[in-house]
Amino acid sequence: MNELIEMGFENAASMGLSKEEWERVCTHLGRLPNVCELGIFSAMWSEHCSYKSSKKWLKTLPTEGEHVIQGPGENAGVVNIGDGLAVVFKIESHNHPSFIEPYQGAATGVGGILRDVFTMGARPIALLNALRFGEIDHEKTPHLVSGVAAGIGGYGNCIGIPTVGGEVEFDASYNGNILVNAMAVGLAHSDRIFYSAASGAGNPVVYVGAKTGRDGIHGATMASTEFSDEIKSKRPTVQVGDPFTGKLLMEACLELMAADAVIAIQDMGAAGLTSSSVEMAAKGNLGMEIDLDLVPVRETKMSAYEIMLSESQERMLMVIDPSQAEIARQIFNKWDLDFMPIGQVTETNRLILLKDGEVACDIPLAPLVNDAPEYDRPHISPKIPQEVPAHKLIQDISISAALKMLIGSEDLCSRRWIYEQYDSHIMADTIIGPGSDCALTRVYGTNKALALTVDCTPRYVEADPYNGGKQAVVEAYRNIVAAGATPLAVTNNLNFGNPEKPEIMAQLVQSVTGIKDACEFLSTPVVSGNVSLYNETAGNAIKPCPVIGMVGLINDWQNAGTIALPSKATLFIIGQDATTNSGWLSNSIYAKSLAKHVGGAPPQIDLEAELQIGLFILGCYQQKLVQAAHDISDGGMLVALAEMMLAGNHGADITLPNTLDPHSWCFAENQSSYIIATKNPVELRCNAEQAQIPFIHFGKSISTQELKISNGDIISLDEIRDSYETGLSNRLEK
Amino acid sequence: MRVAIIVFPGSNCDRDMMVAIETLTGRRPALIWHKQTNLQPVDLAVIPGGFSFGDYLRCGALAAHAPIMNALLDHAARGGAILGVCNGFQILIEAGMLPGFLTRNKELKFVCKQTSLAINSDASCEFIKSLDSSEKLQIPVAHNEGNFFADPVTLDNIESNGQVVLRYVNEDKKNSGNPNGSLNDIAGICSSNGKILGMMPHPERAMGAGHESADGKKLLQSIFEAIEA
Repeated sequence: MNELIEMGFENAASMGLSKEEWERVCTHLGRLPNVCELGIFSAMWSEHCSYKSSKKWLKTLPTEGEHVIQGPGENAGVVNIGDGLAVVFKIESHNHPSFIEPYQGAATGVGGILRDVFTMGARPIALLNALRFGEIDHEKTPHLVSGVAAGIGGYGNCIGIPTVGGEVEFDASYNGNILVNAMAVGLAHSDRIFYSAASGAGNPVVYVGAKTGRDGIHGATMASTEFSDEIKSKRPTVQVGDPFTGKLLMEACLELMAADAVIAIQDMGAAGLTSSSVEMAAKGNLGMEIDLDLVPVRETKMSAYEIMLSESQERMLMVIDPSQAEIARQIFNKWDLDFMPIGQVTETNRLILLKDGEVACDIPLAPLVNDAPEYDRPHISPKIPQEVPAHKLIQDISISAALKMLIGSEDLCSRRWIYEQYDSHIMADTIIGPGSDCALTRVYGTNKALALTVDCTPRYVEADPYNGGKQAVVEAYRNIVAAGATPLAVTNNLNFGNPEKPEIMAQLVQSVTGIKDACEFLSTPVVSGNVSLYNETAGNAIKPCPVIGMVGLINDWQNAGTIALPSKATLFIIGQDATTNSGWLSNSIYAKSLAKHVGGAPPQIDLEAELQIGLFILGCYQQKLVQAAHDISDGGMLVALAEMMLAGNHGADITLPNTLDPHSWCFAENQSSYIIATKNPVELRCNAEQAQIPFIHFGKSISTQELKISNGDIISLDEIRDSYETGLSNRLEK
Repeated sequence: MRVAIIVFPGSNCDRDMMVAIETLTGRRPALIWHKQTNLQPVDLAVIPGGFSFGDYLRCGALAAHAPIMNALLDHAARGGAILGVCNGFQILIEAGMLPGFLTRNKELKFVCKQTSLAINSDASCEFIKSLDSSEKLQIPVAHNEGNFFADPVTLDNIESNGQVVLRYVNEDKKNSGNPNGSLNDIAGICSSNGKILGMMPHPERAMGAGHESADGKKLLQSIFEAIEA
């Protein structure tokens, strides 16, 4: 096929462009595009690269703060943690590829987010993931869970970055569209951050890393459309990962950055060479000329279109200092990686590509980036459901029986079957790994540690997107605080259905507003993120899932908390008393799992209380009053307590209040509360009274391995553990 | 104590091992790139964990033919001490310096967890002589191919020569304690002269100070004491 032949609207439509967008392409060019040019426009203007449906709302998020070095717009966000160090982090989705090919989809999701972090000059130190699968008994679920877990482990374990935490949920709305969100966290010197803006006309543009093949062509466009039944035909658009090359590329890039040779660097992620070259040149307000015949390829006769749209993994584009070119080449030789100057920075503000001696593409850069379409899509406010009263949900079974069923359900049981496939201790700085409120990773060579978590409660967001968005932030906040760390900043991954439907767009708009309000109030700016739309199959949208990844800091890791219940401790609930705990079972796991009732208003969020109680907990940590802490979330207080008992291997004796139904009290999902185990009950009580923080003194740890409830109900720790530990394996391996 | 750590492309526990050894000896080990052909005289050579050459072909198979390996074989022939951990163990086997094979875990999944290890007090390995063999060591594993296998004759020889150094043991009744299905619960073996130790568990991840256990530190300490004795 002659690559220079003129394209028409039908070609544009097949690449996902609307009629209006097609006309804009022609106007900007002043002529009809050829296939390569059209491919570049369609990739850059895809939802995945342009954020055209979400940009208007993303702009409302708070992105600045005293610690923020770099907010959204670069490969990852950067936050100062003192002592000349910065934490670099971002979360990204790989939903569509992981459903089609779970192992490679998940593996390349991890590889991609790691590149985003080390591109900034940071050494990655931790990975987390937020996973949503269909119903656990759905025929595809075991295969997808196994494939995704193996893929995440396959990449992270090999490249040698620990996977320290995450969350997993099962829900029918993900039967045809799973969510795989991966977060990477790295450490850099705060004065040695690397950016993507090209500078210096005439400077060489260098391609490094793996060779380019025909895998993943036009993947960004696939990620911007709904699934149909013909997804198998999309398998060639899934990239194939090579974590070994990823490891070499990471080491080579970090070595090169230390050698002062890099002027600008950009990972070839979504839309490959297209987005990397366009973004580097456009951010520098310059142009770029590339000879595609110089691009290292691993297949023959690749066209300009294929080279530009390939999403082959483990590749980077750099602008380097010409005086350091030889040093740079030697470093890449040492690591046996391709290092190929393929073009130069120009002053033309155009992207000019040569292939076989001819100009294969000549397009102005400004319209590609700055004039990309931006839509204010219509949105209709949803009707927020009423609270389902507790008496309609409470089951006529004992508390211990309810606990055993809940903690063994797929919603709450141990994720050990999954996380034992991840190397969680490599780099030897993991203080708290998977299975806790948050992970705690030591900052290498210091006493500091980073507290890391990912959170979202999609059933809350579906019922009430504004409060659901807020809740994702406050739950992440509580997870960080429960470990004794100060929350710093946020990255978010907004997973929704088709934004062209007003009710879906409303979910996005309202939950972003909720995130904005919570992040502003809690002083945790959003420094990076990703948007994944069109998560629908055959017209059915997923439950909306705006995942929050949060990073916190603790100055001395030895002062960090644990959820493990110690012996001889007194138990308090902080954040509730007889008057503030309303026993909110509506839309809880108890309602879903035991009463088989889904929907209803989720618990309300009081940001002022959240902040006040969070600061109180951190104050208690400073006074060494906290021996263990756990936030109360899915499943309510008793599930949280049971997790503490299992982690600490100690029993507990608790007293039921006489103000509420025992089931409401044990399993309510009221927000802003923590369980604290302390050896200084007098002091803790006194502090709480002084600070006017609601609290309940409700029990103590005991020397026998059981949970004793004041109504005479009793259950052994072994029985709870058995239910908790076998919940997943029994159903995935059947 | 002069220690060298051999680094292959894809090694990823080299830094962790370096930090662990430096903490114990006060001296930073030398990192030796696999393309080198010389090994300066050292008291101990360590092959760290990782995915050398991406585990392509077979774990450790490509690394076993790297340029540095001749120098390592010479070091072994002189009676030099070698410790191989995880991928290092796989490489020592592929290089023919230890007997047996390491195959896919029985459950066909990567496994990362704490394990409990019994020290074989009859082992002909000086490295463990200063450890109390009545105590179990808690040291984590993280691998995909740690399932030790040998033909019956070889296995018999390994056992009767006292070459089994560490075995996974059952701490609680519910778990077998063996994370990968290895024959005779083998977690670590030594060469017939007792100077080369290969083990799947990672002692550098059990150094106390934030780690779940400090037993890896005890084991490394015991190895250093044996070499210095």
